[in-house]
Amino acid sequence: MIPSSQGTLTGWGNTAPSRATIKRPRNASEVSEVIGSAAHHVIARGLGRSYGDPAQSAGGTVIDNRGLGQRSIIDPDTGTITLGAGVSLDELLREAIPAGYFVPVTPGTRQVTLGGAIAADIHGKNHHVDGSFMDHIEALTLVTPSGTFTISPTQDSELFWATAGGMGLSGVIVEATLRLIPIETSSVLVDTERFEDIDALMDAMVTGDHHYRYSVAWVDCMAKGARLGRGVLTRGDHASADQVPLDKPRLQPPGSPKLAIPFTAPKGLLNKYSIAAFNEAWFRKAPKHKDGEVQSLSTFFHPLDGVSMWNRLHGPRGFLQYQFVVPDAASHIVPQAMALLSRRSVPSFLAVLKRFGKGNSGLLSFPTAGWTLALDIPLGAGHASAVLDELDELIAEAGGRIYLAKDSRLSPHLIPTMYPKLEQFQAVCDRVDPGQKLGSDLSRRLNLRG
Amino acid sequence: MRDAFGQPQSVMVLGGTSEIALCVVSKLAMARCKKVVLAVRNTQAGEEVAETLRALGADVSVIAMESTKPETAAGTIAAGFEAAGGHLDLIVIAAAILGEQDDLDDDPGATAELFTINTTWPAAAMAALRPRLIAQGSGHVAVFSSVAALRPRRSLYTYSASKAGLDTFTTGWAESVRDAGIKVQIIRPGFVHSKMTTGKDAPPFSTDADQAAETIVAGLASNSHVIWSPSILQWVFMMLVHVPQALWRKMPG
Repeated sequence: MIPSSQGTLTGWGNTAPSRATIKRPRNASEVSEVIGSAAHHVIARGLGRSYGDPAQSAGGTVIDNRGLGQRSIIDPDTGTITLGAGVSLDELLREAIPAGYFVPVTPGTRQVTLGGAIAADIHGKNHHVDGSFMDHIEALTLVTPSGTFTISPTQDSELFWATAGGMGLSGVIVEATLRLIPIETSSVLVDTERFEDIDALMDAMVTGDHHYRYSVAWVDCMAKGARLGRGVLTRGDHASADQVPLDKPRLQPPGSPKLAIPFTAPKGLLNKYSIAAFNEAWFRKAPKHKDGEVQSLSTFFHPLDGVSMWNRLHGPRGFLQYQFVVPDAASHIVPQAMALLSRRSVPSFLAVLKRFGKGNSGLLSFPTAGWTLALDIPLGAGHASAVLDELDELIAEAGGRIYLAKDSRLSPHLIPTMYPKLEQFQAVCDRVDPGQKLGSDLSRRLNLRG
Repeated sequence: MRDAFGQPQSVMVLGGTSEIALCVVSKLAMARCKKVVLAVRNTQAGEEVAETLRALGADVSVIAMESTKPETAAGTIAAGFEAAGGHLDLIVIAAAILGEQDDLDDDPGATAELFTINTTWPAAAMAALRPRLIAQGSGHVAVFSSVAALRPRRSLYTYSASKAGLDTFTTGWAESVRDAGIKVQIIRPGFVHSKMTTGKDAPPFSTDADQAAETIVAGLASNSHVIWSPSILQWVFMMLVHVPQALWRKMPG
């Protein structure tokens, strides 16, 4: 018997809940059985870290991929490992780091599954050098309503690239082979610089990012006047064995969260005043300039993993994350977006600014060359909806797009403009799923399947 | 599907020619709501409302409802879901008549009919809605009650009682679908200047339909069980329900 239950699901932002039958298959044939027996709206879900509604399916079936947990050993010749789609990056790193390997791409949390990382084609601080997650996948196994496929960039590449960032709509990922990168230590050498305004920060990123494998800036979108967009730029690379003090452990696996938020915070705890104060304190605590600081992988890559369930801080109405990318030619949209949010009093937590390198062939993959800005916005301010709608139009017009793994509120009419390969994506999905059995609240809200 | 702001993409209005409901749906249509089903007693009036909404870019279907025949409620609900393509994010129950109390006082037929339209038909429709909403795994129902439901007045008691019945039914019904993830809200407007209230004396805190709609749309996005319009009426009525009858009788409106 495949374990089955009923549950109400939301994304990490705790918005727009819906109920579904949740099934937990343990292998490809059980996944196939679940898809076969479901009437409609089947979607896979990992650890629920997408902010909006891509891993929930109102009245449908959600496949909990955490039952797909098989793991091979790391191939010492190639550095590759084959894993079940339900294995989290945290679980993988606990094994990989002591063996001298790291994941080629990591988001700001380790609490995502391999399946989710592929479905969202996640990116990290190294996109400008290493590309996104899918660029490091050798092959994967996909279960669709019309059968099980092993796909790779050379084997049914069309289906492979529809699956990259395809939000689970081309099939259920059950297994994948990932190329890891070798590391000598579990430390990162970090250079930190503080900038008083957005222009200086963006200039520094344009001129200096290519000297670093990893680069990210945290910017303050609540500061007033000329200080709007002031930020802290941290850049670094893996430390070699001789760069780390001898008393430091060489290859230490990540720790567990030290703190948990035990319950949902009261309404309005995070408001424009408390957020502005937090941003101020955070900016002040950063050094003006510091080079060669030795930080652990967790501190540098996964600062939020120190506090579990931090999303509860946003209170009962939840929050949303707004992340867009615009091409270099439209870099002015970055300060323009910050100014618009500030002028219209939409509170946003420390925003993350990064530069992307060239995008890959993923039909719905988010990253494209240019600038990406991500902001956390607490819900409550109803007018934020109209402000973000305005921003969407600016971004679409500039040839940019919104990240589907973060979205919870975009208007469907902008999707074909933001994702020009949408029709191609739909054609591939229709090929393997002619009856449109696969679907999520996201795909229905944005009409992704057509 | 509803978005993070709680904005629906599809709505059905039972009693689709209601002036406040039209104002509410117009505001929703200007945001994300592009599929509208209007269930109306008078299809010609319904088509006029539909044109207004189509001008805002909504795809509107008009279906007939016979609110004096509760046995037809299930059929209306089925037709509404079919017109919407099988899924509805929001259902607004707005069908009601106010009646002239002087005419109703001694008229058993008219009294019974008012209860049928205002209470029995909506309750039957909600019974038909329940399994559909549970099956679709999400949904939002907003039921127009009235502040009049909280305490009857000489000039309005038949209407008050009919809304009190629906209000109480909805409160219990909400509990019955709570675990199914269905959001239910009761809307209690005060006096709204509209064609329904033409010629009636306006008490304090009266609003026009557009002002009421603004408060209601904001309320629909909130997690409140009751939406008061204007919102101050929540506090006013907390007091008014305890005012001695002798004083209540003399109050204006």
